[in-house]
Amino acid sequence: MWADAGLVAGKDLRIEFRSRVALNQVLPFSFVVLVLFAFALDPDRGILERAAPGLFWVAVLLTSLLATQRSFAVEAADGNRDGLRMSGLDPAGLFLGKAGAVAAQLLLLEALLLVGVSFLYGIALRSFGLLALTCLLATLGLAGAGTVYGAMSFGLRVRETLLPLLVLPVLAPVLLAATRSFEAALGGAPRETFGWLGLLAAFAALYAVVGLFGFGPLLEES
Amino acid sequence: MDRRSVRRHLGLVGHATSLYDDLSVLDNVRFTVRARGGSVGSVEPALERLGLAGRLRHVPVSRLSAGQRRRCTLAGLVACDAELWLLDEPHAGLDAEGRDLVDQLVGDARDRGRTVIMASHDLDRASAVASRQVTIEAGTAQRGPAQAAPVTSEASGVG
Repeated sequence: MWADAGLVAGKDLRIEFRSRVALNQVLPFSFVVLVLFAFALDPDRGILERAAPGLFWVAVLLTSLLATQRSFAVEAADGNRDGLRMSGLDPAGLFLGKAGAVAAQLLLLEALLLVGVSFLYGIALRSFGLLALTCLLATLGLAGAGTVYGAMSFGLRVRETLLPLLVLPVLAPVLLAATRSFEAALGGAPRETFGWLGLLAAFAALYAVVGLFGFGPLLEES
Repeated sequence: MDRRSVRRHLGLVGHATSLYDDLSVLDNVRFTVRARGGSVGSVEPALERLGLAGRLRHVPVSRLSAGQRRRCTLAGLVACDAELWLLDEPHAGLDAEGRDLVDQLVGDARDRGRTVIMASHDLDRASAVASRQVTIEAGTAQRGPAQAAPVTSEASGVG
């Protein structure tokens, strides 16, 4: 399973490295979202600073949708889906590989977005450890759930429009918990956030289990 | 034997080439082989045989012609050396030299004891390499001329 996961993740990351879609399109899109939020809200009243955690995670959520769609778009082209199904790769390894590649891209994009948020919204972080843990757990949840629903909509002609409809409501707990944890990291009150971190961990674990056991049937039926 | 184990012994070439456009020829064939648990040592000889050695190995598949893409898919099939080959119109998109090469590959696979099931509209070519033929007419399977080509091993294919 792990060998197959490494093979698939390596392949997906190599495709992203060569095509530079994440760097040239997804990252600029995320920055545009942050800038538009800054235009829409009045920075003089301190609204941006207060809303920064939520705005950051909304931007990450939209970014994760693009990354997930891209992850399955490369498999939908030129019969790759059938090639993947017929390859004999372990479905659990396939899930881990695809989710792992999405998570790796998201973590990199989040690090760059954090710099953008700090610069644009004028926030000062006090607890980097808590923020890093929040990003890690939330990213695992986003990547896991995105990969599960990506596989669900994989074979459909309307997958590009269906995926956001399926996945965004499901990701509401991640948005809420990650925003609260981010606020705690800004305010320097890490003890108040254990419950939210627990929710993020439980969400990531739930979709890891669903993906490990359900990805095979989803791939076969899509 | 579960579905996954069976699939590792299958080599499939369909109408689509099942290649990743952003990866090079070498990366694509390597991925195909490693996904089936094969040895990457077989990749270079397969690329040589399909005429994709040298500079072409490192060219992204998106820059290849249709015929070269087809050769790349076939290189994956040859490198994996699966026990059962499933070929759907393998001559499509290839020039005369490429079509001859496909016939050689099928003949070699048959001689090594591999089973090859090939669907083709090119009946003359299929007849030349097939040990058994089935013609589909109006959705009905009809047996064609038996033993159209000499069978040199126990294995037999249907062309």
